[in-house]
Amino acid sequence: MKSDRKPGGSGRWLRVATIGVLAFLYVPLLFILLYAFDTDKTQSWPIQGLTLDWFGAAFDNQDVRDALVLSIQVGLGATALALVLGTLASFAVHRFSFFGRGTVSFLLVLPIALPGIVTGMALNATINASGIGFTTLTIIIGHATFCIVVVFNNVIARLRRTSRSIEEASMDLGADTLQTFRYITFPVIRTALIAGGLLAFALSFDEVIVTTFTAGTQKTIPLWILEQIQRAHQLPVVNVVAVFLILLSTIPVFLAQRLSSDTTGVAGR
Amino acid sequence: MTTNASSLPPDGLRRRLLAALYRRVPAQLLILLAPPVGWFGVVYLGSLAILLLSAFWYLNPVTSAVVHDFSLNNFQDLISQPVNRTIVLRTVTIALAVTITDMALAFPIAYYMARVAAPRTRSLLFMAVLLPLWSNYLVRVFAWKIILAYGGPLDGLLGIVGLQGPEFSDVSTWIVFSYLWLPYMILPIYAGFERIPGSLLEASADLGGKAATTFRRVVLPLVLPAVAAGSIFTFSLTLGDYITPALVSKNQFLGSVIYLNQGTANNVPFAATFALVPIGIMAIYLLIARRLGAFNAL
Repeated sequence: MKSDRKPGGSGRWLRVATIGVLAFLYVPLLFILLYAFDTDKTQSWPIQGLTLDWFGAAFDNQDVRDALVLSIQVGLGATALALVLGTLASFAVHRFSFFGRGTVSFLLVLPIALPGIVTGMALNATINASGIGFTTLTIIIGHATFCIVVVFNNVIARLRRTSRSIEEASMDLGADTLQTFRYITFPVIRTALIAGGLLAFALSFDEVIVTTFTAGTQKTIPLWILEQIQRAHQLPVVNVVAVFLILLSTIPVFLAQRLSSDTTGVAGR
Repeated sequence: MTTNASSLPPDGLRRRLLAALYRRVPAQLLILLAPPVGWFGVVYLGSLAILLLSAFWYLNPVTSAVVHDFSLNNFQDLISQPVNRTIVLRTVTIALAVTITDMALAFPIAYYMARVAAPRTRSLLFMAVLLPLWSNYLVRVFAWKIILAYGGPLDGLLGIVGLQGPEFSDVSTWIVFSYLWLPYMILPIYAGFERIPGSLLEASADLGGKAATTFRRVVLPLVLPAVAAGSIFTFSLTLGDYITPALVSKNQFLGSVIYLNQGTANNVPFAATFALVPIGIMAIYLLIARRLGAFNAL
């Protein structure tokens, strides 16, 4: 692997390009951090002075807290639904051959492959027509629709790499189906479930477009941020929330890294 | 012994039920498939079918109520209005520009990660590329809104040398989209580079290929499927987005037209017709990507 280390200048050139791309990825985030401390509300250059006031303002903001609670509820609900439905589908596709088997994975990936606005509009029209009203549940339903595929992908990749003979051995030794699932199959797919669940939660927590169409007047954290950016009344508070969210996103990255020997694919997409 | 015996009957029943189920493949399949497929059939495909159907409906010009009759009026409007053509062309052009930009940016860092960096550096770089994917989409757009704003940091820095930033235009849309989707391009290309066996490169060198020749004739053809896979993300995510253009540009995007017709104008049939445009473009794009082997590289 290391044998193709290029001699001379091209190696240095590669390193410079790598550092450049990393800078491109991270410098914008530094500006978020910088302007979270700016005394001036208009966010012009250069910044006017440093203050910690916005952190207090963000913490005391009831709308922010409500949006955060709603986002967490929705994320947990959508993740739970996706874990159950995605796992069931992956077992069906992996264990059995049946008519339309090839279409299942295609179907599940549709909500991610199609533009979010299409999924959003479709769900919006259905919710309107059914008259059930826009509640937390409708947001959860919308999110679960595109979260199922990430659980499905993670679990089925694990199943494909696992030999069925260990389950057969368990059955031969007298365990019934449920015992085999509990003591053999579940431990095998557990880390895939964690990875898929983490990813599903992150997707849900971050989603804007489908949420716009399924939330009615409710505000998740992304919808709150969108509204604040457009109104531009209290931008520094948005900066503080943004800094908080950036810090939060390091948690799943570290967890994913610890699971990395088991996780699959490019972020499951 | 007695305690064991008392726990036997229910256990025995459970066992018999499970054993009976184990022999009945269709029943197992039904239990596994009914919830996810039922969910998808009802919630998603049903909604989608209604939406696609409504593309052929139209608004009563007087009452603005939706008329549930078959008509091709929307398609005629879509094609005949020049502004629609401009918007479609702008969206596709920027989506292609973003895809090419991300390819150019992703290649060196992906190559460095996969083939040059030591294992420790590699896993650090991997995390560094992954982190932006997990952090909030709107937060990352907001960062650029601050940077690109009139009189913002970019204007301030460029002002020192007498230049001006792109502020809010198609150029800013292009920059921000390239920024947003870059990790989606880096990760598949990195995986593609990593899959190339070192022996192939050695063989090329042994046969007298210089580094540049090996790269062009051996490495490049082998990572092409991975590049095509990454380009599906960069292209389709740009195509369907309307929030970034709304925040960092004054120009309309495909998604903005759909959104405005669905919301403000309340013309759902026309919005549905317009939604067929990105779906059609993506279908063509996916067919081409499949030709290049993208689906084997995902």
